[in-house]
Order: sequence, then structure tokens, then C-alpha cells
Amino acid sequence: MATVIDDDAVSLSDAPARKLNMIEAINDALDIMLERDSDVIVMGEDVGYFGGVFRATAGLQEKHGKTRVFDTPISECGIIGVAVGMGAYGLRPVPEIQFADYIYPGLDQLISEAARLRYRSAGEFIAPMTVRSPFGGGIFGGQTHSQSPEAIFTHVAGLKTVVPSTPHDAKGLLIAAIEDNDPVIFFEPKRIYNGPFDGYYDKPTKPWKEHPDSSVPEGYYSIPLGKARVVREGQALTVLAYGTMVHVAEAVCREKGVDAEILDLRTLVPLDIEAVEKSVEKTGRCLVIHEATRTSGFGAELATLVQERCFYYLEAPVERVTGFDTPYPHSLEWAYFPGPIRTGEAIDKLLGA
Amino acid sequence: MAIESEGAGYNRPRLALHVPEPQFRPGDTVDFSRIPVPEAGVQPRPDEGSPASETNPLCTDLVRVLGADGRAHGPWDPRLSPEMLRAMLRDMALTRAFDERMYRGQRQGKTSFYMKCTGEEATSVAAAHALAGDDMVFPSYRQQGILIARGYPLIEMVNQIYSNRGDKLKGRQLPIMYSSRAHSFFTISGNLATQAPQAVGWAMASAIRHDSRIAATWLGEGSTAEGDFHSALTFAAVYNAPVIFNVVNNQWAISSFSGFAGAERTTFAARAIGYGIAGLRVDGNDPLAVYAAVRWAADRARSNNGPTLIEHFTYRAEGHSTSDDPSQYRSAQEREEWPLGDPIMRLKQHLIELGEWSDERQAEMDLALAEEVKAATKEAEKNGILGHGLHHPFHTMFEDVFEELPWHLEEQAAQAIRERQIKWPQ
Repeated sequence: MATVIDDDAVSLSDAPARKLNMIEAINDALDIMLERDSDVIVMGEDVGYFGGVFRATAGLQEKHGKTRVFDTPISECGIIGVAVGMGAYGLRPVPEIQFADYIYPGLDQLISEAARLRYRSAGEFIAPMTVRSPFGGGIFGGQTHSQSPEAIFTHVAGLKTVVPSTPHDAKGLLIAAIEDNDPVIFFEPKRIYNGPFDGYYDKPTKPWKEHPDSSVPEGYYSIPLGKARVVREGQALTVLAYGTMVHVAEAVCREKGVDAEILDLRTLVPLDIEAVEKSVEKTGRCLVIHEATRTSGFGAELATLVQERCFYYLEAPVERVTGFDTPYPHSLEWAYFPGPIRTGEAIDKLLGA
Repeated sequence: MAIESEGAGYNRPRLALHVPEPQFRPGDTVDFSRIPVPEAGVQPRPDEGSPASETNPLCTDLVRVLGADGRAHGPWDPRLSPEMLRAMLRDMALTRAFDERMYRGQRQGKTSFYMKCTGEEATSVAAAHALAGDDMVFPSYRQQGILIARGYPLIEMVNQIYSNRGDKLKGRQLPIMYSSRAHSFFTISGNLATQAPQAVGWAMASAIRHDSRIAATWLGEGSTAEGDFHSALTFAAVYNAPVIFNVVNNQWAISSFSGFAGAERTTFAARAIGYGIAGLRVDGNDPLAVYAAVRWAADRARSNNGPTLIEHFTYRAEGHSTSDDPSQYRSAQEREEWPLGDPIMRLKQHLIELGEWSDERQAEMDLALAEEVKAATKEAEKNGILGHGLHHPFHTMFEDVFEELPWHLEEQAAQAIRERQIKWPQ
């Protein structure tokens, strides 16, 4: 019987747990799904013998064999395209795109093919694939190893988009994504692979083991897609965040002593609109925050939804904290990153209004 | 220090950009004598298991079986029974009859769009007969002959073309973009060459599972310019995937002649050489050559000897689609002068030569097929035609975007249904 951990049941279940970082949690999820379901195939550039440039697939080829976990040519169009064909056969591929910045050559196969198969064939063919890809900045990756392109995918009918923010959620959400019969874009915030980065790049980063959500149950469990997590309850304002920015928001609110309610959206599409409404109706103030560029970012969608659905509860205009509308610069990375100053100012503005 | 320019371009003619131009334009007298047409039967046939490089000479040759004498020649003769030959003839003729009727249907306003495959029937029908019925096909938009060869009901095709109540695809797809899992026929995409890597993925999956089924894909010569085609060949070569690439070189991609896909420099079959996979270039208007080549490639793939790229050298006798007028960009004489003839006429002549067919039987068959198409069309029209609109409940527009409807699509569906009630209160 599948264990489903709901967001309310933070006690994690009775399974023995151990401290894992996010990479280890993702590796654990892949290992479990390769073991449980012979349809699962893991592939991508450098994922086989080497185990991935971030080590997310380390040891999996040795354990599960070369036809279950393998390297691919450097061709994102090919990787996604063959994954569509494998899905049509009946397999459940989990391709890795080495960096989200590299996903663009595969966009036609994702947008026009994977996302549309079920619709255009009226359910005869589906694309039950999970595209894993590290995203976001903060590792001095320059323009081509730092982007957060989630809004490109949330804009496409037929794709689900998931962003975990903790090792515990990364494992449960990845298992749910792999089991999902729709194509899922699974963006892994690479800045928090090794620790819950709080936005202070000039201070040492704490490792995951000091964070409660690094406690990852052994064995199989899944976290349903489309369910947000209340990171902390509060009355003063609602912060809608995902990925790295959950931790940045949390740190800023802690420092400022603000009684904020922070929602980790976890899944952008389908969005947990009930959790958003419930929180904003309670607090009357809302901050949306993401690392991606501002214009037409997912924050624009969130702000609009809040305005449409919670307008009469709002006591201040919705605030947006985002990256700037520039490419992600290499040397000025921390000037670009929406860190504590930008976040703090937005909170002050919301509370002062 | 500045680079010394002397010697690097100095005193040479100025650079000039080459923009390909087809040999003939509207009004031109057509002379195809520049197209080499080798004698039927002279091309060698390597063993299916031989190294890919043994097919290299065949990539710039033209495998032909049916000679001008109507007889089958040489090692590529697939030695098919008269029953099989007649089945192929019938399926090609039915495909043409179906095209004629649907083309007229579009002109009569029964649907928005249609695409004929006139002159190219062998590239899908003979190929389909050379595959097993459960081999998975990933066609482009001009392989209706595969569905017909696999016995897909005509009425289902017409329902789809009319987007009517009987349309299994619920009116979501442009006419002719069929899908039939039961006939191992993948859902057609309007985007070009996307099906090529998908076919490779399916074939890889079949190999991972130690299955016996293979995959085959079709695309036009114009679409070989897409990156997907080259990604597909790379993956097929890397994993030795059991897949067949059928490049239907019908000379024209809408108004762009094959030169815009690279035909001025080499053949499309020759792409195989660079990828180190087997390649064959066949007379696409010779149903026996098409059958033999696809059968060779299928046997090769099924015995773990990997992928094959087949260029079917043929001619698009009609416009690209009902939205196209080829008289605007090419000479009308091309069709008459095409040196490889018509695939249906050539197979008919062959059967007559064998004493297995006659002009009378052909005429009878054509009549019966036209009746069969007409009956299917009439039956389908009972389910409505596109112009009558609104065959499907508005809620179906929101289904199958995801396995389950999320809240935002439920809300949007409610809006669409409300708009329908306002506009059509009854």
C-alpha cells in the first residue's frame, strides 16, 4: 500500500528516517522507482557510469543496469523526443536535462509533442515522463547555468511543473511525478542541493543535516502534486514562494520578526489555489517571490490570481520580488539575486501600506 | 596587431551567396534527362546482416525492380505472390480513390483541409505491406496509405476529416492527422520531423524490452533539414535502434524544391553514410522496390543489425494540400515528364504482364473502390460535417489536457459552457 504523506502530516510517517541532502534524496527516489517499476528508465547526458554532473544518478547504473540507466548524446531534442517514443511504447522515462538552461533545444518536443499527445490522440497515446533539471542561480554559473525558466512551462497547456525546496519534499514529489501519467517538468533548485541557502551568500551555508526537512523517510512515499506546504503559519502577510526562495523568505521574516505565513507552492501547475486563497484571506497581504526574471514571470500569474480571487480581503497591493529582467550575470550574480534586501524592502512596503 | 589582409581574400572575386533555384518554373518546358534512371535489376543486394558500409554505393544509386517491360528484375525482386501484388494494387488504388473524394469534399466545403498523396502511394502502401501489422509506425501527414493497407475503416478516416460526432479525436486535430493505437499508427503531428526521434525512442524501448516489434517513421525530404531528424539519426546509430527512416523525396516541400534541403550536393540516402547506418535509395514509384527495401530494412532491424535510412525517390503529383496552388511555382509539365511513371500503373502493368490481371479487372476494381469510398463518405456524413460545427460538447475541449481536470480548467470549462448557452440558448 502506497504511503502518501499529506502536507498536514508533517510527522513524516513511521518509517525510519535519515538525514539526506537534496541530491541524496533525489537519488533515493530514482533508486526506489527503478526498483519498483521496471518501466522506469533514467537517461541523460553523463547520468550513466559517471552518475551525473551533480551526482543525482550516482550508483544507479551499476545497480539497475545499462539499459535502465544510461548516457545519451548531447541532444536535448533527441533526449525528449526519444522519451516521448518510449512513453508511447509504455515505458516511464525520467530524462535529465543537465541544466535547465539547456532545455530549449528540446522545447518543441516538450511543448508540441509531450504536452499534447494525450489531447491530440484523445487519450490513445500519453507521455508519462518526468524531465528532471537543475535550475536557478547562486553557484556562479553565468548566463547559461543559472536560469529559472519555469514560466515557459507553466504557460504550456498539458505540462505540470514542480519545484521542491527540501530533501524530504524532493523525494516524495519526484516519486509522485514519476508515477504521474502526464509529463512533469521537475526543476531542482541547484543552489539548495547541499544546504538550505538563506540568501546570505557572504556567510557560510549551513548543511541540510541541521534542517528538520532533511529527515527523509526510508522507502517509498509520495507527496501529491498540486498541494502547497505551509512552511510557517502567520497573521501579518502571506509569502508565496517555491524552491530556493522559500528559504530566503523564511530567513528574512525570521530576522525582521515578521509574523508571516509562508507557503511553499511545490507545484506551480496545477496550483494549490485553495491554500493560496485561505492564507491571503487570513492575512490580507501578499508577497510573491521568485528568482526568475520579472516580466511575464510566474509571479505575474500568482499576483493576478490573488487579485482576482482575494481582492476584497487585500489591505495592500500584491508585491513582487523577482530577479531582474536581464540575463543572469556572472560576476554580478549576487546583485541579480533577489536576496534579503529586495525581499525585506517589499515586506516593509506591504506592512507599511 | 591587426591581421595582415593581404593574401586572405585580396585580389579575389567578391563573395557571392548561392541561393538554390529549381530547374523549371511555371511555363518552362520540362526535360528530366538530368535525372539518372538506372536499369531495373542491376543494383546489388547485400545481405540484411552485412556491415552498413556495404550499402554505401546504394545510397547514390537507385534500387529498381520493375522495368519498362513491366517485368520484375534482379536480386531485389521480392517475389511476391499474385495475391499480395493485387492486395497492394488495391490498397494503392483505394488510397487514390479516397484522396479524390476527400479533395472534392474539401472543395464542396465539407471540411477545412485535405492532403493527397497522388503518385506517392507506393511509399506508404508497399512499405506497410513489408512491415508486420504490429510494427509501430510514426508517419508524417501524407501516409494515409498505411492506414488503408492496415485495414483502418474508411469511415473513421472520414469522421476525422469532417471533425464530426463520430470523430474519435473529438474534433481536436486538423483533418488527416489520424491516430490509431489499435493499428500501431502513432498520432500525427503538424510539426515536422518530431516523429523521427519518437520512433527511435519507441524502437529503443522495444529493444530494452527484448520485444520483436520494430518502428518505422516517414518524413519528407524537406523535413530532413529539421534538427529532430539529425538527433534521431544520432540516437538510432548510437543505440543501434531497430528503426527504419523513410525519407519520401517527392521533390517539393510546398514551394521549396529539394535543393533547399541539400539535394544539389548529394542524395538524402547519403545522410546514412555520415551516421554509419545502412542506407538505400529506391525508386519510390516502383512498389516492388519499395516493398523490397523496407522488407530488407525490417529484417535487418529485427535481427539486431540496426537502423536503415531509405530515400524513396518520387514525385508529389499534386499540390502540397488543398491550401496550395503548385501552378504558381513549378511547371505543370513536371508531372507528365516524371521519368519514374505512376506506381499504380506500373504495378497494374506488371500484373497484366504476369497474366494475373487485365484492364477490365482494373476498371471494375476502380469502380468498386469509388463506390466503397462513396458509401463510407455518405455514412460518415450522417455524423455531420465540419461546417455544421459544434459536434462535441464544450467540456470535451478541456478533457485530455491532463489525465484529470485541474481546477483552472474546470473553471474555464464552466465559462465556455455558459457562453454556449448564451449564444445557443436552446
